[in-house]
Amino acid sequence: MSRIEIQQLTKQYLNRRVHPRSGDDPAIKPGDTFDVISALDLNFNNGEMVCILGPSGCGKSTMLRIIAGFDVPSSGQVLIDGRKVREPGTDHIFVFQQNGLLPWMTVWDNIGLGLRHMKDKTEKESTITEFIEMVELDGFEHHYPHQLSGGMQRRAELARALAVNPNLLIMDEPFSGLDFLTHMKMREEVVNMHEYLRKTTLVVTHDIDDALIMGDRIVVLSSSPATVRLDCHLDYDRPRDFEKLPELSQLRSEIFFMLGVNYAV
Amino acid sequence: MVTFIVLFGVWELIHRFGTWSDQVFPSPFVVLTSLKDLFENGTLVKHMVASLYRVTIGFYAAVLVGIPAGILMGRLEFVGKLLNPLLQFLRPISPLAWIPLAMLWFGIGDVPAIFLIFLSSFFPLVVSTIAAVKSINPIYFQVAANLNFNTWEVTTMITLPAILPSVITALRISITIAWLVVVAAEMIAVQSGLGYLILDSRNALRMDYVMAGMIVIGAIGLVLDFLMRQLERIESVQWGTQKK
Repeated sequence: MSRIEIQQLTKQYLNRRVHPRSGDDPAIKPGDTFDVISALDLNFNNGEMVCILGPSGCGKSTMLRIIAGFDVPSSGQVLIDGRKVREPGTDHIFVFQQNGLLPWMTVWDNIGLGLRHMKDKTEKESTITEFIEMVELDGFEHHYPHQLSGGMQRRAELARALAVNPNLLIMDEPFSGLDFLTHMKMREEVVNMHEYLRKTTLVVTHDIDDALIMGDRIVVLSSSPATVRLDCHLDYDRPRDFEKLPELSQLRSEIFFMLGVNYAV
Repeated sequence: MVTFIVLFGVWELIHRFGTWSDQVFPSPFVVLTSLKDLFENGTLVKHMVASLYRVTIGFYAAVLVGIPAGILMGRLEFVGKLLNPLLQFLRPISPLAWIPLAMLWFGIGDVPAIFLIFLSSFFPLVVSTIAAVKSINPIYFQVAANLNFNTWEVTTMITLPAILPSVITALRISITIAWLVVVAAEMIAVQSGLGYLILDSRNALRMDYVMAGMIVIGAIGLVLDFLMRQLERIESVQWGTQKK
């Protein structure tokens, strides 16, 4: 449970593209640098589940990677509980889109990776068991990732992330590539996990419904450079039903419109 | 099995209806009898042991040097850039071209042969290890960084297991090459081994012994490949070796 402060965050990239795409700023020539994120200020509170939306390529993944410590900002900084993020660490765990499990290790060993320095063997084993049960993978402890379904792989990865007891969970499109039903179930799982553990969780998604159903807060970013277009809190109980919450449906249309879709069904 | 029976039959037919004498093209039955003779008087076993001994030492040395070298060159960019031109230059030189130098440096005996086998397996192993290291999904290193792995842990828990499936394939290829090279090396540098047996039999004009030697070489090659293939059945490499 951490407070995250993003202060004047800027990330510049070199434009390597010789032939500009339609929609690119014609002022940016090949070899120029351009801002993917420009002087972004954002604060996330303790225990919040924040869903971040934005057009593809808007810099939301870059922002996550900087918060995780995988990427360094060109200027500005990210503070977690007042301490500057300099490198990746178990305090702020990044949950990958897919293939984050090490394929040469069983589910059990993968989940135990972050606990490998634990002196007390019985405590280590009970922690692993606890998280395996939490994501309902009991019976699959000794399976290898390639023997699991896509949804099970995501759950195992979530368990590995939670097992190190991080203060911040960073999820980059956690449901992409899952079939519809698995997507819904996995979303439920993440919501339950959050209700139970109350960890500060950042979720980048391109699915507006995910954001509306999961988020304590929704942040919509604009495209290159990323700046905040909408920042709203959702104080509705979960599970949320669009039918009974006309405000949510209203918000949904607004966000769709903001992202360039005029007639969302 | 069927393949070998057919081959045997065709061989016998060619022998029956051909015009070659037994000295030039012996019948498979003669060869089998000679094989039995060679086996019984101990010559064959002695030469087999000599060849396998050289291959084992040379191959293990290549594995012990080649794989760590490949990991270093693959992981540390400056080491790779420094050594890669040298590697690419030495690689196309056939190990057999080293024979004169090997004999000059190490004399006659096991050492030059082992050196040649080392060279023959070393280059394919290094090259495929580098390629394997470079093709590791970067996500795994990010996971490792996220979970505070130190360099040793990254090497033993990420890099090594990640390259293992491709390294096993490379081991299969290089043991075959090593086996090819040992026979050639034994024809020049030493007085024992299956290569020497073949050369010596040729000098004695015993083509049945030459063919017996070839059969043994082929059979051992099959066994070596079979043994290497067993490595692919290890459970923690099946993610990379199993056909999807």
